[in-house]
Amino acid sequence: MLAISGIVQIVLALVLAPLLQSIINRTKAVFAGRRGQPWLQPYRELWKLVQKGTVYSRTTTAVFVAGPIVGIAAVGLALALVPIGGWPALLSFPGDFLLVAYLLGVGRFFLVSAALDTGSSFEGMGASREVLFSALAEPALLLSLTALAAASHSASLTGIYAAIDSGMPATAAGPAIFLITGAMFVVFLAENARIPVDDPNTHLELTMIHEVMVLDHSGPDFALIQYAAQLKMWLLGSLLLGAAAPFRFGSAWLDLLAGLVGLGAIAVLVGIVESSMARLRLVRVPQFLIAASILSIVALFLVMR
Amino acid sequence: MLHDQYVTVHNSQAFDCDESLLPDLERFRQAVLEAVAKGGRIAALSARPVNDGDSRIVAVVAFDAEGVLQVFSSPVAGEYPAIAADCPQAHWFERDLWEQRGIVPLGHPWLKPIRFSHACSRGEAADDPSPATCGVTDFFSMSGEEVHEVAVGPVHAGIIEPGHFRFQCQGESVYHLEISLGYQHRGIERAMLGGPAVRTIHYVETASGDTSIGHAMAYCRGVESLSGTHVSPRAQVIRGIALELERVANHVGDLGALAGDVGYLPTMSYCGRIRGDVLNMTAVLCGNRFGRGLVRPGGVAFDLDDEAVRQLTRRLKSAAKDTRVAVDLLWESPSVMARFDRTGALSPELCNEIGLVGPAARACGVPRDVRRDFPFGIFRFAQIPVSTWDSGDVFGRAYVRWLEIQRSLAFIQEQLDALPPGQILSPVGALAPNRFSVALTEGWRGEICHVLSTGPDGKFDWYKIFDPSFHNWFGLAMALRNQQISDFPLCNKSFNLSYCGHDL
Repeated sequence: MLAISGIVQIVLALVLAPLLQSIINRTKAVFAGRRGQPWLQPYRELWKLVQKGTVYSRTTTAVFVAGPIVGIAAVGLALALVPIGGWPALLSFPGDFLLVAYLLGVGRFFLVSAALDTGSSFEGMGASREVLFSALAEPALLLSLTALAAASHSASLTGIYAAIDSGMPATAAGPAIFLITGAMFVVFLAENARIPVDDPNTHLELTMIHEVMVLDHSGPDFALIQYAAQLKMWLLGSLLLGAAAPFRFGSAWLDLLAGLVGLGAIAVLVGIVESSMARLRLVRVPQFLIAASILSIVALFLVMR
Repeated sequence: MLHDQYVTVHNSQAFDCDESLLPDLERFRQAVLEAVAKGGRIAALSARPVNDGDSRIVAVVAFDAEGVLQVFSSPVAGEYPAIAADCPQAHWFERDLWEQRGIVPLGHPWLKPIRFSHACSRGEAADDPSPATCGVTDFFSMSGEEVHEVAVGPVHAGIIEPGHFRFQCQGESVYHLEISLGYQHRGIERAMLGGPAVRTIHYVETASGDTSIGHAMAYCRGVESLSGTHVSPRAQVIRGIALELERVANHVGDLGALAGDVGYLPTMSYCGRIRGDVLNMTAVLCGNRFGRGLVRPGGVAFDLDDEAVRQLTRRLKSAAKDTRVAVDLLWESPSVMARFDRTGALSPELCNEIGLVGPAARACGVPRDVRRDFPFGIFRFAQIPVSTWDSGDVFGRAYVRWLEIQRSLAFIQEQLDALPPGQILSPVGALAPNRFSVALTEGWRGEICHVLSTGPDGKFDWYKIFDPSFHNWFGLAMALRNQQISDFPLCNKSFNLSYCGHDL
């Protein structure tokens, strides 16, 4: 039973993750007075890329090829550890939240290495920005998860998110959960390259962070990168949702449905944020990320008090 | 009119080619430097070929406060002492002069061609310095452990014109930016020679596609001054309306694009739509959204009937209302202001030193506007207040645009309400032989300068076009110093200069 529920979650993630991007795009379209792209557009784009050939620059090596593959493998493995809607994840053991955080780190390390491997000054610039910002976002994520672990007296993600339910915000840990939600939302925006940290729609190489790192990837390699990014959004969204809106209805299927609806709601929220504010100046981004770390440190103090 | 060796004229006033001759190059150089020291601004500097391969160097210095132009000229052959060494404004002009005529400005601080010309448009000079291969040229470079170079373009990720930008950076901050243009060179000035011909007006209308009205007006006023044509008041008003509609459309588009560059979607989406509405108003005037075919020597080719006036009045009101809503969103968003404020700032001193024009100069607090300083056409009778701001940064350039949008809209409405009667197109006679004229127009980017001269047969024997971009590209390079490289697209958009208008 445990295995089946884990597999159901992974299948849902694999199938529905690109839809989050559709929801964001649609939300932005509503604000801009446009109709927006078709719901299945992200899937079509992945399909289009998969059918294409790959172009490799003569200056690149195996590192460049490894980037997208390790990236998707790392995110895929991390997905198996992250529960949604209070369901147990496929795999769980004490301390698995550390593994999740560092699996994301491994994926990023290879993607950054691939970018540096091209020798392009653009990609080098993007890589340097990505590393700086993720180095600042990582403590916020880890401290938030540690605070959640302390609040729920559990050291595995499945245990943590099973313990957090509708009643928890009313307890002493409530304020901490509130701060953690804030911190994790910032991490969610930064790690998924959304406004105000990055602008996924820009065509201006000099301002890009994530996008400029993957300029040289093409065809199936690029599809893997896109898909890995969509899965990562699903993964971080699940972590955020479990803390922000731990609604439980007494029925496992209803809980799962609530989780899916919640992920959609996060996507809508991202769309609203992107429609209502400009990007931060690049030099201000570290302050924004450090603020998230501070929120999670305060949360940690609150639960350990 | 004649002062010892040079001429003082008004905007688009014809004069004799030989009236402004100074005896030698040292006197010429001295005269230009003195004029600039007295508050003049170089509007044009180039060399005009005269018979049997000789050239005459010609400088037009504009005195904004007095509203007059001083024209200096002197015979030149081979080389001359560079003016740019003492007067940074001349920098770009002298590179253009060297490239086109092969005349070497000795002691020029950074002498290299500004364009990549191709065979059909090369100057007559045998030693044309333009590189044979597009894109191959020297670049300013820096060395050191922490300095790295970022090269952008000429092929860009967006659908924009080609231009190469080379940054010398330390980490994220820019020491120096060098801009290398010239990929769009079409040889327009050369094609103008021997005109006016059937195609001439189309060349000027496409000199910079988004400034069709501005360039066509400068050309037509030059031709009218050389042929002594009188333009009816009704035609002047219609030209004025078209020029201001062009300004409003482009300024609205720019504000939207600035919002887009910082990722602020609401203003970007609204302004994109409103720009289209304003372009459609130009289409009501003449059937073309960019005003092609409207302005013709002698007046305008399309009249406005009562129905069109009513329609324009109605559309104007709704455009004014929509623009206010969309643009106010910008000023009210702290996240947008945080990006605009103090980004890419230029001081008024620097602005004067390098001779910026248009909204970029007015954003530095320099009240420079051809419509007021050298009034032409309808602007001799109906003034538009000059809009300035004092910060010189991206915000300043955006805000000046917003002020100008409002004032232009009010001006258009005023003119529509009091449209004088009369015919719209006067017959244009032959051009007087051996005459010279300088026509300035305030296009939406700033001062457009056309310098025309006719040979003994009354045909153009020389034609120079200076788009405002020619003056302002260097301003963009200066604005980037000590800025974040990630702010370059935003600064670039705040100038929004023309590549093809520069490359011609």
